[in-house]
Amino acid sequence: MNTKLLIAGVLVLASAGAAFAAVQVYAPTRSDQTWSNIRDGRYLARAGDCEACHTAEGGKPYAGGRPVPTPFGIIYSTNITPDPDTGIGAWSEDEFYRAMHEGIDKKGERLYPAFPYPWFTHMTRGDVDAIKAYLDTIKPVRQVNRAPELGWPFSMRSVLAVWDKLYLDAKQFEPDPKESAEWNRGAYLVEGPGHCAACHTSKNMLGGPTGGKMQGGMAEHVFAPNLGAGERDGLGSWTREDIVEYLATGSNRYATAAGPMAEVVQASTQYLKQRDLEAMATYLKSLEGPKPETPNEPGKDVMQEGAALYVDNCAGCHMNDGAGLANAFPPLRASSAVQAAQPELLIAVILQGARSPVTESKPSGLMMPAFNSKLDDAEVAALTTYIRNAWGNRGGEVSSGDVAKLRSTLASAPQ
Amino acid sequence: MAKKLPEVDVVLVGFGWTASVIAQELTDAGANVLALERGGWRDTVPDFSVTHIQDELRYAVRKQIFEETQRSTLTFRNRPDQLALPMRELGSFLPAAGVGGAGVHWNGQNWRFLPTDFQLRSHNEQRYGKKAIPADMTIQDWGITYEQLEPYYDKWEYLCGISGKAGNIGGKIQPGGNPFEGPRRREYPLPPLKRSAATVLFDKAAREVGLHPFPAPAANTSKPYLNPLGVQMGQCTFCGYCEWFGCANYSKASPQTTILPVLLKKDNFSFRTHCSVTRVLTDSTGKRATGVVYVDAAGNEFIQPAQMVVLCAFAHHNVHLLLVSKIGTPYDPQSQTGVVGRNYAYQLSSDVNVTCKERLNPFMGAGALGQVVDDFNGDNFDHTGKGFIGGGYIALWNTGGRPILQEYLPESTPKWGGGWKKALHDDYLYSTHMQCHGGMMSYRNNYLDLDPTWTDDYGNPLLRLTFDFYDNEHAMSKFLTDRATDIAKAIPNRGINPKPRKGHYSIIPYQTTHNTGGAAMGNDPRTSFVNPFLQSWDVPNLWVMGSTVFPQNPGYNPTGTGGALAFWAADAMKRYIRNPQPLVQT
Repeated sequence: MNTKLLIAGVLVLASAGAAFAAVQVYAPTRSDQTWSNIRDGRYLARAGDCEACHTAEGGKPYAGGRPVPTPFGIIYSTNITPDPDTGIGAWSEDEFYRAMHEGIDKKGERLYPAFPYPWFTHMTRGDVDAIKAYLDTIKPVRQVNRAPELGWPFSMRSVLAVWDKLYLDAKQFEPDPKESAEWNRGAYLVEGPGHCAACHTSKNMLGGPTGGKMQGGMAEHVFAPNLGAGERDGLGSWTREDIVEYLATGSNRYATAAGPMAEVVQASTQYLKQRDLEAMATYLKSLEGPKPETPNEPGKDVMQEGAALYVDNCAGCHMNDGAGLANAFPPLRASSAVQAAQPELLIAVILQGARSPVTESKPSGLMMPAFNSKLDDAEVAALTTYIRNAWGNRGGEVSSGDVAKLRSTLASAPQ
Repeated sequence: MAKKLPEVDVVLVGFGWTASVIAQELTDAGANVLALERGGWRDTVPDFSVTHIQDELRYAVRKQIFEETQRSTLTFRNRPDQLALPMRELGSFLPAAGVGGAGVHWNGQNWRFLPTDFQLRSHNEQRYGKKAIPADMTIQDWGITYEQLEPYYDKWEYLCGISGKAGNIGGKIQPGGNPFEGPRRREYPLPPLKRSAATVLFDKAAREVGLHPFPAPAANTSKPYLNPLGVQMGQCTFCGYCEWFGCANYSKASPQTTILPVLLKKDNFSFRTHCSVTRVLTDSTGKRATGVVYVDAAGNEFIQPAQMVVLCAFAHHNVHLLLVSKIGTPYDPQSQTGVVGRNYAYQLSSDVNVTCKERLNPFMGAGALGQVVDDFNGDNFDHTGKGFIGGGYIALWNTGGRPILQEYLPESTPKWGGGWKKALHDDYLYSTHMQCHGGMMSYRNNYLDLDPTWTDDYGNPLLRLTFDFYDNEHAMSKFLTDRATDIAKAIPNRGINPKPRKGHYSIIPYQTTHNTGGAAMGNDPRTSFVNPFLQSWDVPNLWVMGSTVFPQNPGYNPTGTGGALAFWAADAMKRYIRNPQPLVQT
């Protein structure tokens, strides 16, 4: 294996050198640079939300450097502009495909699965090549990648071989002949480029997927809600149209995208074609939900305190009955995100505030202010408990310890 | 040495309401537009956040979001034979600083002027004879008609999501609306705001005395609203913190809540904050503006070349900029020649406080939550024998019941101590007030010019305001105050306290920020600085927006007309861009 890789590497390096000498282009083996292929690549790059992760705050597009928080430390996204030295301009299509399919970079080193190759692996070779074709057209930026800040043993990339062995199922998407073409297209987009499960599936101690598919999981300190069935905390009551509207515009009658999802809508899903969004909705509606559990009803005292805090701080926009306001502020009543199995998203929104995604059809970017300097841990806990259990909601009680923990995590998180 | 920057198509001086409208319209037409704002950037979050903005001490008493007089102010006197003194503190009016301008801190009282307002001189001469207009009254026609402006009023109202009830659709009087208004093409975009207890009492009393009350048109949303640009607005919560505050709930129309989310995304628009424009530059002929000079927060001076210059600042500042830039002929009251600084006007308002028998809960309010009678505005009534022309509306505004400045206690109430506490305890929840919002004619000796003594931070002479009230306004105001008192008497009450405004104008107590004129619009270059399209007669690529162009001040709040005129001028600018000529030939 090692020998093979070494030989391959040498060959690639040799060919790269030859290409530079000959034509002075960024990519040593030029991909299919037809207009339609580049256009497809750009579309797929958007479907994969590549730019958002690979662009630092205030940085050049695709030049990397954005900190990605993981339970093991911080990983910085890499430069995927066609710069030959610091970007991926010198990568061949085969090398790019290997990174996307197996999580191994040009030098043969294993990539951290913060780069979602465990999902990109399902993409077709043609689609991956198209993304490379598109990336070859963007402006090269010279920016050296920043080393990850991880504790031992995760700082050793060799550990990742074990991880890949355990969790990586490196194979392309296989259509299910029993399902419709639309379902299959949706499954491909959701499971492959969309990499929805990267956030919405729970992970074990090692960051490997565990539990039911897309039944909710922690991502970037908050809980990405269950996308499976479930009247209370899943997409059970959402119609296909609701899902499409949410992905296309950032909000619908049930929810406004918040936290990391706001960025996903803004940078990725709003650009997807209607029929692709419909396909994704069809697939998502076919997913099973977790076994329904009914959390305990919170005590009267905490609900009373929460109600008072709610009237003072929240009711002006979200209304006394939690119904929100159409065209403006999301409802909290009957909201799956509010009643999610874990409360971190709701707590984070209260602490940090939120901004509705700025999309072509909903440009307002309405903002909710942060309440972290106004409400203490016990107050946020009471408020969160109230919102999760008022108006027929049932999400269980939140402790001030939960709030304190998240408050401290968010305070030290890279911005 | 000023640094010269790359040229833009259009430079806007100020970034408030009119600049936002012009920028939105001209960028849609393909122009490259830059706005220069002397204040900072502000947005709903974090600047006006819910539970943060409702701070009366900080915003209303300490005037957090207004112009800072230590950087620039004006001098004031009542008459030309007096020495004008610089204002160390603002009082009578409160211009804004910061993105959104006064569109951030207004109440949202949004009006159309009456059709006769636009033909003020010719209409009154025709109805009451030339003698009805005193020799020193310099009122004039606007050069446009209500009918010409109507489509732009409509566009403005739908942009802002105005809550109201039409009184006249296409000439047909509508029950529940203002029967005196000019014909409008359609209903308001949103229904009227819910009524407060006090406005219900006013409505009943006004009907009893034979008047025609209607809900005030409000730029406070009665329902969630999606405007034609796709911008979302929430629903007003009646928190009572509109005037002098930004809105926390996206429910008061402002540039931030109606235009900026769309405008700021455009590649052909940009803006710079903390940039004070100190000059409009012209070429050697003086007939063409070449750009502006501005100073940034660090004191660096820049030249910003532009194909077109649009003055979108506060009325005073537009005039000041013209005077220091030596554009147009300054007005001279002696010879009555020149136009820059001419026809400055304001507003003459008075109040009637009422302590009602019914509990009112005045704290539940909105900036433009009010019930109004327009029976005594403009020429809606016969002025024969009254000794004045013009008028104003009488309104019971329930803008809020803030603890410090919004208690309307009986006249006998002490200012402090146990007596004040007792009155507050006994009467606060029962007290309200009516406003008589009178218009103001323009006069020979009410004008703006450059002060010969004092200078601002940039070494420019300060603007000097020479202004007083005249007999016409005093007679009008007394008439309005008496009519308001008639209404007050018809409300079951424990006391009425009319507060007519008498004597000379004082710049110290707050009245309104409805300062108008100084670069009037009109058909005659001898009496107006801009033509009916708001284009300078002298410098055709220079335009002036806002109430600066009103030749006198009708009995309404100015924002609705300022907004409509901006849309009207933007259409003219698009024609000008295709064919850069004076739109009215002299």
